[in-house]
Order: sequence, then C-alpha cells, then structure tokens
Amino acid sequence: MTQTNWSDKVNPVVRNLPPSGIRKFFDLVAETRGVISLGVGEPDFVTPWHIREACIYSLEKGYTMYTSNWGLLELREAVAADLARTYNVNYNPRNEILITVGVSEALDLAMRVLLQPGDEVLIPEPSYVSYAPCTTLAGGVPVFMPTGMENGFRISAEQVQASITPRTKVLLLCYPNNPTGAVMDREELAKIAEVAVANDLMVISDEIYDRLTYTGRHTCMSSLPGMRERTVLLNGFSKAYAMTGWRVGYAAGHPEIIGAMTKIHQYSMLCTSITAQMAALEALKNGQPGMRRMVEHYNRRRHLVVQSFKDMGLPCFEPGGAFYAFPQVTGTGLTSEEFAEQLLKQEQVALVPGNAFGGSGEGFVRVSYAASIDDLSEAFRRMTRFVRRCGVRPRVISAPVKISGSQSARIEGICQTI
Amino acid sequence: MVLDNITRQILELLEDNAKLAPEEIAVMLDIDVAEVQGIIRELEDKKAILSYMTLINWEKVGEEKVSALIEVRITPQRDVGFDAVAERIYRFPEVRSMRLMSGTYDLAVFLEGRSMKEVSHFVSTKLATIEGVVSTTTHFVLKTYKQDGVIMEDGEEDRRLMISP
Repeated sequence: MTQTNWSDKVNPVVRNLPPSGIRKFFDLVAETRGVISLGVGEPDFVTPWHIREACIYSLEKGYTMYTSNWGLLELREAVAADLARTYNVNYNPRNEILITVGVSEALDLAMRVLLQPGDEVLIPEPSYVSYAPCTTLAGGVPVFMPTGMENGFRISAEQVQASITPRTKVLLLCYPNNPTGAVMDREELAKIAEVAVANDLMVISDEIYDRLTYTGRHTCMSSLPGMRERTVLLNGFSKAYAMTGWRVGYAAGHPEIIGAMTKIHQYSMLCTSITAQMAALEALKNGQPGMRRMVEHYNRRRHLVVQSFKDMGLPCFEPGGAFYAFPQVTGTGLTSEEFAEQLLKQEQVALVPGNAFGGSGEGFVRVSYAASIDDLSEAFRRMTRFVRRCGVRPRVISAPVKISGSQSARIEGICQTI
Repeated sequence: MVLDNITRQILELLEDNAKLAPEEIAVMLDIDVAEVQGIIRELEDKKAILSYMTLINWEKVGEEKVSALIEVRITPQRDVGFDAVAERIYRFPEVRSMRLMSGTYDLAVFLEGRSMKEVSHFVSTKLATIEGVVSTTTHFVLKTYKQDGVIMEDGEEDRRLMISP
C-alpha cells in the first residue's frame, strides 16, 4: 500500500496559511492557574435578558425553520432603519442587505466576491488577525499600511495613495480599531474616500465597534460622498449588544455585490440561524438603552486603564473606541511576546502580544478592558509590580494632573511593597 | 439639587459598588477627585446617599436567618394618618424595612430574626399589641431569589475563553 502524505491532500494555500499569532500563547494561558485575563476580545456582559427571553419565546412559538437566504425580512428592515436613523444612509432591505453568520462570514464573502487572484487589499496595520488570511484565502494579496502610536494608529489619505498599485482592488478599514482602539474622524475618512473614488477602489468597512465610540461621533464610511456604492459595510451584534456567541452580522452595499455575496452564502451557510436572527431583531427593537449602559461602563473603565498605564510608566495611546488599550512595552526591554509570557508566568495576567496583529504591533500589547473593575484593579496591581521589576519607574505624579494625592500615595504604596 | 450627568454617574457607580474610592471614580469619569469628594459630601449631607450597604447572602456562610413579610392593617389617626403608628413599628430593630402600601393592607413590614419562634413572638407580643394595629398576616420567606436588584444565586459566571482574538 502506498504511503499517503496527508499534508499534500491539503490545498497549499490553506497549508501555507500561518497559524494565528496567539495560538502558542493560548496554550500557555490554558495551563496557567489563577489567571486574570485581559485578553478576551468580547464583552464581559452576558446578552441582556430581554434579548435572551425573545429567543426563548421564539423557540416556544416554533420558529425553528430556515429563513430566506438573505435573512429574515423583518430583521433586514430593522437593520436598514437603524442605518438610516443612525447614519442617514439608506439601503433597500430587499436586495442591499444580507444577514450573515457574524461579521467574519460577511468579510469572507466580500473578499471572495471582490477579489481575483493577485488583487491587492490595502490593510492598516496593526490589524485584526483574520484580515490577511481571509484575503489570502480569496486569492488576494494583503498589502499592509503600517501605523504607529505617533500618528494615533490612523492611516492617511497620502498613505493610501502611496500604497496603491495597478493591482489594488480593495481598501479594508476597521475603525474603531481592533487592536488599537483608534478612531478616525469624518474629515480624515472623507479624504481617504476621495482617494478611493479617484482610484476606483472598493472599500470593505468593518464597523463592528461603531457603537463603542467614546470620542466624537462615529463616521459611517458609506455616508461619505461617493462611497455608498463602493463600500461594503460590515456590522453585527456581537460587540454592541454583547451577542458574540449568537453569530449574527450583516453586510450592506450595492445590489450587485450583496447579490453575489448572497450566492456564495446560499451554497455554504444557506442562512443564519433563525433563533439568533430573532434575538438580533429584539436587540435592534429594544436594545438601545441596555447598549448605552454597557458603553458607559466601558468608557469608565477606559479612563481607568489609560490612567493606570500612565501611572505605571508605560506610554499608552488613548483609545477612542472599542474596548482595547494598546500600551507600548518597549521600556521594559522585552519584546511583545516576552512581555506577555513573562507577565503571565510571573503575575498570572493574560493579555495579547501586539505582534499577533502584524509587524507594526511589535513593542505593544493588547489589553481588553471588558473586565470587571475588581479584576482590572487587581490586574494593574500585578502589572505594576511586574513592570517595576523590569526597571520601569512609575510616573512622577505632579500637579495639575487629574489624580489625587491619596491615589498617588496608593500607587507609590503598591510600588514600595515589591 | 439638580441632578446633572456627573452626579447621576457617581450615584450609579456607588449604587453598583459602594467600595469604589473617590480617586477611582475621578479617574473613571475623567474629573478632579476633589470634585467627586465634594459631590459625594453634598449628596450625603442632603441624605440623598443614606448609607453604604453590603448585600450578604448569609446562607453562604452558614448563618440561619428567618425573614418574614407581615401585612399590617392599621387605623389611621387624625392629623398624622399612618405615620405615628408606622414610626412605632419601624423603630424596632427587628424591622428591616417597611412600606406603606395601597390595597388590602396598609403596611408591608419585613422582619428578620434568628428563628420562626423569635419572629412569631415579636409579631404577637410587640407588633399586634400596638394600639391602632387592626390585624397582622405573617408570611415567612422560604427563599430569596433577588434582593435590591441583585440575583442571589447568579449562575452567570464569566464563561469566556481566557484569550480570544
């Protein structure tokens, strides 16, 4: 019998796809006891009860069947109404909105519809871990546009223009950003939109964190002049309504694009689970007050986290959205991975090394503040000890910073106990 | 006192977690700590903040307590209505909370004691004998599911993975 080389059975594109940058770290966390995790990219709130209750009720009423490939019309209408109300962009719920299995599926569909082999996709970096692999799987070539703390992890129109080649097909944006928490204002996005129009680029705009914007108002890419037609707007329910496990997202855009995405969707996913769609409908109908309360909580923790890093002596970019902080750890003399691993081993605090999000994330770590105040406080006590051991001096607190003498004493007190 | 946004947020934070220090609240709301302290002091002075309580599930530490809801009907008195009799009742330390109700009875009195015997004794000898008390109906609490907005046996622990992208 001939020996089978199983590796050869796997499509080389998939075989050569690098594993997620945090897989090794994930195993390490799993075998460590007493860990406080700030590495989780999902809300620490359970889905609000009224949404869960609507789902239970839908099951009781026997909603257990397929829906249209596009998704429940009522849900699509609610999505269209929400986009019109929030951003003043109008989509026809019948042929311009597709309900997907999370934004992840919508992203995959958009890539597969838009890209031909060799087409280039411009991606700001650091970037969410699945953007580049999704591009590669669709036959495209990811082209990264590095950003840094000095420019607020934002890209500029000039940078986009300079990255364009004859093969550039798509610009992929994610603001508020995972992992940095960066946001872009309307003016900056409008300039980028002009470049997109001038160069006939399609824009995939992942706006999953749009409701978690703390400074200013979120700008919806398709609300900008000339962008409604050339934007594939991706959004979902995971972050704003604490519904990560339900897997409901949507794509909105030109009927040609959305129709093509629906073709793939109907042969693969067929439709999103009706149970989850019923829950999403309830979220859109009655979930706004609960969502606003959650956002308020995140915002308070955001202040606490940024201040804590500053006090610790680590430079931290002030995130304007999402629920991540992205402090720079080069002052400790450690790489991102070394910092994360040593912190986990010595103080049992888990966070994600910045290089998991691409080369320009090196020197940073991603800290999720979707955690309780108690967990955050304890994690920062431990981190302060660790950073101090690495030789980083805590910030000298002097007037007129917004922190009291007693807190300064408290922080110093923590440092003295090491 | 006008309830502005900052004051409302301070109250919500403290209602949620009375342990929070003014320094922490100041950072969370991005305001000066002296301002937080000033607002809290003013709220305390005006009795808007009455107390900083801890909600304890005594069963978890093996402490047996008996709680009862007593429906009390009373005869209102000239000028003071229900208030004079009410005060005589709520002054007893055994009374944990009390409210004037509309409906078939007047006062809802929540009692706490070490045993059913102790609660029964209090009702029959102290409460029912007060002049103006027409009748009492005692309901013993079998189980507390939720108190002051807090679910006592909340099974909603953090089930998230330790790391996710």
